[in-house]
Amino acid sequence: MKAVITVTGKDNVGIIAGVSSICAEKGVNILDITQSVLGDFFAMIMLADIQELNIPFAEFVDVLSEYGHSRSLEIHTMHEDIFNTMHHI
Amino acid sequence: MLNTADILETINMIRQENLDIRTITMGISLFDCVSEDENRLCQKIYDKITTKAEHLVKTGEDIEKQYGIPIVNKRISVTPVSLIGGCLGKESYIKIAQTLDKAADTLGINFIGGFSALVDKGFTNSSKNLIAAIPEALTATNKVCSSVNVATTKAGINMDAIKLMGSTIKEAAYLTRDNNSIACAKLVVFANVPQDNPFMAGAFHGIGEPECVINVGVSGPGVVSSAIQRAGDCDLSQLADIIKKTAFKITRVGQLVASEAANRLNVPFGIIDLSLAPTPAIGDSVARILENMGLECCGAHGTTAALAMLNDAVKKGGVMASSHVGGLSGAFIPVSEDEGMIAAVANGSLSIEKLEAMTAVCSVGLDMIAIPGDTPDAVISGIIADEISIGVANNKTTAVRVIPAYGKKEGDEVEFGGLLGFAPVIKLNSNSPEKFISRGGRIPAPIHSLKN
Repeated sequence: MKAVITVTGKDNVGIIAGVSSICAEKGVNILDITQSVLGDFFAMIMLADIQELNIPFAEFVDVLSEYGHSRSLEIHTMHEDIFNTMHHI
Repeated sequence: MLNTADILETINMIRQENLDIRTITMGISLFDCVSEDENRLCQKIYDKITTKAEHLVKTGEDIEKQYGIPIVNKRISVTPVSLIGGCLGKESYIKIAQTLDKAADTLGINFIGGFSALVDKGFTNSSKNLIAAIPEALTATNKVCSSVNVATTKAGINMDAIKLMGSTIKEAAYLTRDNNSIACAKLVVFANVPQDNPFMAGAFHGIGEPECVINVGVSGPGVVSSAIQRAGDCDLSQLADIIKKTAFKITRVGQLVASEAANRLNVPFGIIDLSLAPTPAIGDSVARILENMGLECCGAHGTTAALAMLNDAVKKGGVMASSHVGGLSGAFIPVSEDEGMIAAVANGSLSIEKLEAMTAVCSVGLDMIAIPGDTPDAVISGIIADEISIGVANNKTTAVRVIPAYGKKEGDEVEFGGLLGFAPVIKLNSNSPEKFISRGGRIPAPIHSLKN
């Protein structure tokens, strides 16, 4: 089971570190990261393995979202199935 | 393997283009609640609904979190109440409606459908009692929705029922006159009503349905509209393909959510309703799709053709994305719930006659249209008869949900609030169909109903 974590907002120091450390703490293994910075704007998509997630998924979504708010970032975490069903037959 | 463009497309659909799951509706059979004792019947209904759907809202919210897609409504449909009321009278039906309302409050859902009667060929005593109770029942409750099926292609049109619904709608409007005649927004008159429709106000749990079932209605006019905008100056064949692809993607999400909800609630999956359901929000309008297809304003000549193509492409794209399709399936054109439709009526481009023509090629019918409060009963019956005959002759579902807003006249505005939106009062033809309506009887089933 995998999740897609998207992070957008104004670029600042330690975004990846912050998100990664929450993932590590919750037992989530990061598989892939793509990120781009356009001017001041930061955008990152992270693919993560949630097989060993140690809290309920809904709670993990909230934890990341709250962390995002504390740093003026939008963080959305979605189960990979929504992307797979939409784009693959 | 996921790629960035796909991920961004999905996220953009949800965040920017208002893609959502419009409703997860749990259908619950009430047949085993039957009792000749009114209190016992009500208690059994309440207990059954609140037990079966105990986890509906929570499950919906969890799925919303899991996939990051809003699930706007969690709702319940029940067996048409006229079929379980037995020998009970009008007052008892009002109590049943209040019981349904109480169950809806307990569960935290926003609508419960099924205060319904099926009278396409004629009335039973219980269906008569239920219809007599509709105006008061919808006044005494907030979340109960009611529907009456007055015709089918097989049975023909019950004109006595249509006559009765004209006065029933007027009475419902009068009883809720202090609240913009809101009761009428919860009352639909149908032809060829589907048994598994998840959308309100017409949802009920049909007689051939299982004990309990999950039906899902998808949405996404904004997604289709944006896709058409991005397509630029392509021809209509290409445009139809774009709509199909978009509808496929939208429906796949609906299927995912429906399967997940059915699994988690341990209830069989019923159907996906392949619909484009608008809301009054900017960017969530079916009218704006038609305008993006190339019309100056919704209601212009060409609107029916554009809508026919849109409706067909949505079905073709959606049908492969879902294992079972049902309900109303098609583009909805409710006036008060669609920002573009509201604008088109307000600027005089969209008339009730054009809306009627549009209903011949899309799902549902004359929906959420405010009409003058002093409209005679017979004129409302005339509107219903016209619309219902389109459904019967074309072997499709049609419906009427008009609101004769008490004290309002043509050009005034009526505010219903929330998803129900607001509507300008539309102009009607003032000539009387009184004599035609008062003839009563049945309009025979059309010749093409004889298929065997």
